[in-house]
Amino acid sequence: MNDAYELVVIGGGPAGLAAACSAWEAGLRQILLVERDRELGGILNQCIHNGFGLHYFKTELTGPEYAGRFIEMLAQTGVDVALDTMVLEVTKDKCVHLMNKTDGYRIIQAKAIVLAMGCRERTRGAIAIPGSRAAGILTAGAAQRYVNIEGYMPGRRVLILGSGDIGLIMARRMTLEGAKVLACVELMPYSGGLARNIAQCLQDYDIPLYLSHTIVDIRGKGRVEGATVARVDQKRKPIPGTEMNFDCDTILLSVGLIPENELSRSAGVAIDNHTNGAFVDETMETGVPGIFACGNVVHVHDLVDFVTAESLKAGSAAAAYVLQDRVNSKRYADIRNGGGISYTVPQRLSDLQTEKSLEILFRVNRVFGAAAIVVQSAGRPLARFKREHLAPGEMEKITLPRKLLGELGSAGLDISIEEET
Amino acid sequence: MFDVAIIGCGIVGAALAFELSQYDLSVAVLEKENDVSCGASRANSGILHAGYDPQPGTLMAKLNVEGSILSEKLCRELGVVYGHCGSLVLAFSEKEMQTAAELYERGVQNGVKGLEIWDAETTKNREPGISEKVAGALYAPSAAVVIPWEYTLALAETAVCNGVDIRLESAVTGIEKMVDGYRLQTQTGNVEARYVVNAAGLYADEIHNMISAAAFRIIPERGEYYLLDKKMVNMVRHVLFQCPTAAGKGVLIAPTTHGNVIIGPNNEQIDSRDDVATTGQGLETVRNHAQKSVPHLPLNENIRNFSGIRASSDQNDFIIAEAKDAPGFFDLAGIKSPGLTAAPAIAKMAVELLEGAGLKLKEKPKFLPRPKRTHFTELRQDEKRALIENRPEFGHMICRCERVTEGEILEALHAPIPPRSVDAIKRRCNAGLGRCQGGFCAPRVVELLARELKISPLEVLQDTAGSYILSSETKEGSCHE
Repeated sequence: MNDAYELVVIGGGPAGLAAACSAWEAGLRQILLVERDRELGGILNQCIHNGFGLHYFKTELTGPEYAGRFIEMLAQTGVDVALDTMVLEVTKDKCVHLMNKTDGYRIIQAKAIVLAMGCRERTRGAIAIPGSRAAGILTAGAAQRYVNIEGYMPGRRVLILGSGDIGLIMARRMTLEGAKVLACVELMPYSGGLARNIAQCLQDYDIPLYLSHTIVDIRGKGRVEGATVARVDQKRKPIPGTEMNFDCDTILLSVGLIPENELSRSAGVAIDNHTNGAFVDETMETGVPGIFACGNVVHVHDLVDFVTAESLKAGSAAAAYVLQDRVNSKRYADIRNGGGISYTVPQRLSDLQTEKSLEILFRVNRVFGAAAIVVQSAGRPLARFKREHLAPGEMEKITLPRKLLGELGSAGLDISIEEET
Repeated sequence: MFDVAIIGCGIVGAALAFELSQYDLSVAVLEKENDVSCGASRANSGILHAGYDPQPGTLMAKLNVEGSILSEKLCRELGVVYGHCGSLVLAFSEKEMQTAAELYERGVQNGVKGLEIWDAETTKNREPGISEKVAGALYAPSAAVVIPWEYTLALAETAVCNGVDIRLESAVTGIEKMVDGYRLQTQTGNVEARYVVNAAGLYADEIHNMISAAAFRIIPERGEYYLLDKKMVNMVRHVLFQCPTAAGKGVLIAPTTHGNVIIGPNNEQIDSRDDVATTGQGLETVRNHAQKSVPHLPLNENIRNFSGIRASSDQNDFIIAEAKDAPGFFDLAGIKSPGLTAAPAIAKMAVELLEGAGLKLKEKPKFLPRPKRTHFTELRQDEKRALIENRPEFGHMICRCERVTEGEILEALHAPIPPRSVDAIKRRCNAGLGRCQGGFCAPRVVELLARELKISPLEVLQDTAGSYILSSETKEGSCHE
């Protein structure tokens, strides 16, 4: 490990791996990739199911296989890798404070930084589920780690709260390991996970999904002994008289993911309340020149393939920043969330846009049937994209040709959903 | 035969053990749980009250004010973080301003120093986040906050370093009178002692009734809380009370010494002495009341709800006395709020009672502090660097949110009262106390506990008895040896 690098990538999951590889590809030769766990790959290492890589590698891989391909690519480069290493702080002037057992406490000066720390799971506290504090209540990701990495079962009779993808995947995984998954309970009237996971992880195993339901009580002294589930009204308040009891010993929570931006904040990076990640432009550069961000630390993705695509972009943009020795003179035009849109990434466009086309990722804020995605600038329609179905659980992507954006100026873009009647 | 046996190692038992450990005595503490501070002392507001609240002339008033003064010094000596933030009793009407004025008078009578009545403008200036509707406040500069389990643990550990024998998982199941003392039957064998002190908290009446005619009844009162993320650290500057009602001191909002914000409690009499569940209704009560003080509560920043049970009694005051028909058996019972504040004064009073009953007190020539605990995040850069160089385990981060290293957890595992559960590690090192609530670090802490205690991960407990974390190995088996 040196005292200075052209680029420091923080996080060795799919985002960091792709960013480091593409920065090397783009010509940087002094790159440090920092990972806090004992091996590269991030959360993919515990995702032993298949379904990864269909977009990027055009083949179906497991999580570890997907990570493995990038780890092999990285091994062909001269990128320095620091494992079991924790970044404690990133400063505005791009000093990275980090530590591990062998190198001790170090301060590394970087010319550019890619933030790729991923996300963490929302917990019981975040949604204030009442009831006992007995053992046996854990996030679906923690359960996944116990089962797939450590080789232990966190319980035998399982109730899942939330229908996020990790919860759905764990419903199947626990069943295959011999546990009884009693039900999956979702507060919203629609699932938060991918449709294919509802089919393959719940329906195929006859696990009931209760939409518009929530847990209103958890019982048990040392360990969970049961839970009460009730239907909720339109304001998401439990309806008395609709209670059902489940004699579970385990409750898995899959109630959302939150980008982990503690380090971004320490570096002065502005955070978007809608994504809980950094505001970025089309090159994944944050508001701090030379600090880029990609993957789940920017916004929570459904598919790792999209993380990869976004991170390749961030890596090459970080390389360009260093190689061109650019002083910051970017000017921005906003991309605004219109009706039906909960967020977009990027949130703004720079005037240095050089790519042939602009990709915008976004999520809708409710379920739509046949609808159109409408792109406008200063009231002028630019493009329409038809969709048969839109849901918050499925990230959408539109691609706008560069020439369409020719004369945007500072007016920016407005994106909204129009329901077809 | 011990000179003194203390039943219960909450804040009162620990404070007494600490006090007695300064004398040349043999002292045992019998605790039914697998750690100290597992009852009322673990889940409460953590307030060191100034002392304007209790009625003048009561033990509660006297011991509160004495305890408030003693605890500041004690915390400094023990290395317990003492958050000297002061408290406000907010008034929202002219009538409540009268209540504040009455509390002021009562405080003066009780001997509380520095009380002030603030008008609306001063209150809003000094506490910017509060409701526009505030009419004024009683300000008590001597009020403070402390993490109650840190305080209890520090007292208990220091006692152990000075020869006190703390026996965990040793519930007292029976008491026999002997010629020169008592024989206590416990899960881990009999213990004989010349004097017995009952500091059993929620179970103090049951313990009392094992040897003496019923004299009081413990009434469990549950209070529920919210705990907000450290991002909210600047939300309030003081402990914010509302004017007390018949139901108690009401819902408070306070900064904690860890940098979180605590909101609660409600107050509900319950039948159970160990049902620390939260309820939808209880949490709603807390929300509704707290919003009166701070209208825009950022409850989306909540990281944990919990509840605690206070050991109130059917008496109007603390019960600190020798049992009438059992000489040498003392009750320290019905220690509800301000019990945390009063604890060191209660302990001193108990020592006087014991001395009055014939216990010979001879100060030890040498009193030892407990081993110092490393708090990695609080070290300067050069200190961090030097520490990792000497002891690489401090370079390995286990808890990301609270920044707790493997070195700190290993240190705790070899401290005077070694932790036996994941939550016991949390109480000592803060691992798992942060915003992800152990989502990332719990599996690593389980691994460390299993390794250091030389047990299987299947035997590692989350908390007290029965709280197993893992039910079996998977079909393929575990990756551990």
